[in-house]
Amino acid sequence: MAGPLLQLSHVHASYGPVHALRGVNVTVNEGEIVTLIGANGAGKSTLLMTICGNPKPTQGQILFQDKSLVGIPPHLIATQGIAQVPEGRRIFPRMTVLENLQLGATLADPAHFAEDLATCYGLFPILEKRQAQRAGTLSGGEQQMLAISRALMSRPRMLLLDEPSLGLAPLIIRQIFQVIEQLNRERGMTILLVEQNAYHALKLAHRAYVLASGEVVLTGSGRELLANEQVRAAYLEGGAH
Amino acid sequence: MAAPIPSPTGPAMPFVHRLREAVIAGLVAMALAVPFLGLRTVNLDQGLVVQANLAYVPLAGAVVFLGRLILGLLAAPLAKAAAPLATWRPPAGAQRLRPWGGPLLVLAAAALPFLPFANRYVIDLGTTALIYILLATGLNITVGLAGLLDLGFAAFYAIGAYTCALTTTQLHWGFWPALAAGGLASSLFAVLLSLPILRLRGDYLAIVTLGFGEITRIVILNWQGLTGGPNGVSGIARPTLFSLTFDRRAPAGGHTFSEVTGIAYAPEHRLIFLYLIILALTALAAYTVARLRRLPIGRAWEALREDEIACRSLGINPTMVKVSAYATGALMGGLAGCFFAARQGFVSPESFGFMESATILAIVVLGGMGSQAGVIIAALFIVVLPELARGFADYRMLAFGLAMILIMIWKPGGLLSGRLPTIRLSNAKPKPVAEAA
Repeated sequence: MAGPLLQLSHVHASYGPVHALRGVNVTVNEGEIVTLIGANGAGKSTLLMTICGNPKPTQGQILFQDKSLVGIPPHLIATQGIAQVPEGRRIFPRMTVLENLQLGATLADPAHFAEDLATCYGLFPILEKRQAQRAGTLSGGEQQMLAISRALMSRPRMLLLDEPSLGLAPLIIRQIFQVIEQLNRERGMTILLVEQNAYHALKLAHRAYVLASGEVVLTGSGRELLANEQVRAAYLEGGAH
Repeated sequence: MAAPIPSPTGPAMPFVHRLREAVIAGLVAMALAVPFLGLRTVNLDQGLVVQANLAYVPLAGAVVFLGRLILGLLAAPLAKAAAPLATWRPPAGAQRLRPWGGPLLVLAAAALPFLPFANRYVIDLGTTALIYILLATGLNITVGLAGLLDLGFAAFYAIGAYTCALTTTQLHWGFWPALAAGGLASSLFAVLLSLPILRLRGDYLAIVTLGFGEITRIVILNWQGLTGGPNGVSGIARPTLFSLTFDRRAPAGGHTFSEVTGIAYAPEHRLIFLYLIILALTALAAYTVARLRRLPIGRAWEALREDEIACRSLGINPTMVKVSAYATGALMGGLAGCFFAARQGFVSPESFGFMESATILAIVVLGGMGSQAGVIIAALFIVVLPELARGFADYRMLAFGLAMILIMIWKPGGLLSGRLPTIRLSNAKPKPVAEAA
């Protein structure tokens, strides 16, 4: 492929009068894990949501596989091969785990269903045990696993993860991050990860961007940013967590 | 689990408190009784005059005082008696019988008109109940499955009924093509309605659907040239069985059922026939919904109810899902309306007011949103109970309201509030249930 898998150039986006993104440039290459870190309100989630088409960018260009995503309605962006694990998981609580996964496979070829289901259960064996259970009765960590699995069921080219560690116990966070790394290492999955948990996220990332007030203020490899004084002071509070 | 009895202070209350509660209730009742019972308007020669009859006031106070006291004292034993009701679950073996439940129920219902106690009244009541089951099955798709509140469902009922009335009287169509036309016309209106309201949610959606229901009724009422306005439409074609009528004498060029089959003519035959038609329509509708729930479209309805944003991120088009939910629900409403028109032989706007929408919605909510079995039980409850309570004459709506309150206390989520999974799991590996949309 000629260009990067995903390229955002000079993207602006607003929620009404709030100018949330101010000319952001971000690229994600095939097979990379790219992390966005930043304080609350820096525009990290907005960036992911803008890629998914809600809100629409007011200026700038978003290219995925050299095709523009600007102006495409959200449900059609999913058909391009971008799967989103939304903030707060947003699983379907009254439906069973298996039904959630079936809905994840809406866009996939049904011939792959059994194989993809086995893959998800391989990544998160607990989901197989819980498959007949209502998703709303799962623990927070299990719900996050379900949300990731549901996104994988569509066989995406790229996975967008919005704060997968939100509200989870340290042990579960570790497991989730292990799976993210495993997906990338074993299956070559391209991942764009938004995280508050900067230490874990940077350790995992090939490259990372630091966002502040809707702009990219710093970029580099995960290792570089982890060593960077400013980043350590602002987001890591001077040490490993 | 809700406290099983309307006593906010719990069952273990000393008698003095009960007494005080009852006194307060009695005083409130007396205050209310002054305008409600104590003052009467009477039409005398010199015009309308108000007559005071304050003897009723202490009587009302005494009745409420005693009632509250007795209810308070009975609270604890009643709660104990009702506790198993709230947590009752069918035994494990019943699960295996579930696939047979539907067909058995339909067979039992089909046998009803041939049972010895089935007179005209029973068959008529059954037909009415089935109309409501069909209506509620349709509304259940929109409200119960897709989560789109609709306060104007009677509009689709009316459109189905009037389509049937007008095609049979103006265009001289038979019942069966008119039935198809009624369903399709309702569906079409639902698509037209759903387009402007796609962006609305919750309360706002409810208000707009309420408006649509009223607009439909008012248009029908005022479009004298087409609908006959308040006079309605009469002379609607009766259903026929392969062009056989159920009349005493054959129409010109036709034959009657009794002529061809050799069964002696009886006016009940037509009622039984109507009953069987609506039973077949309802069974077909229920079966269709059960099948649809297992297909991607049905799963998308439920997913939309749960989380619209997540739906979009999975590539589900919310517009299509909403439109299809409205259209499918309205199709069933239209069929019910068409059948209603043909059964009565006459339609007028009065039959499609807001009370009708509210009744259908009450069936869906009372049954437990999204549950087909719940819809059936609740429809029987709402249609049959007021009939059984006819002995109470004027007070039957009171008895009905009381029964409804009791259900809401014991079963706050509706009679059958548990959602059935669309897939049953055995030990074998699950398979994809259907092709992706």
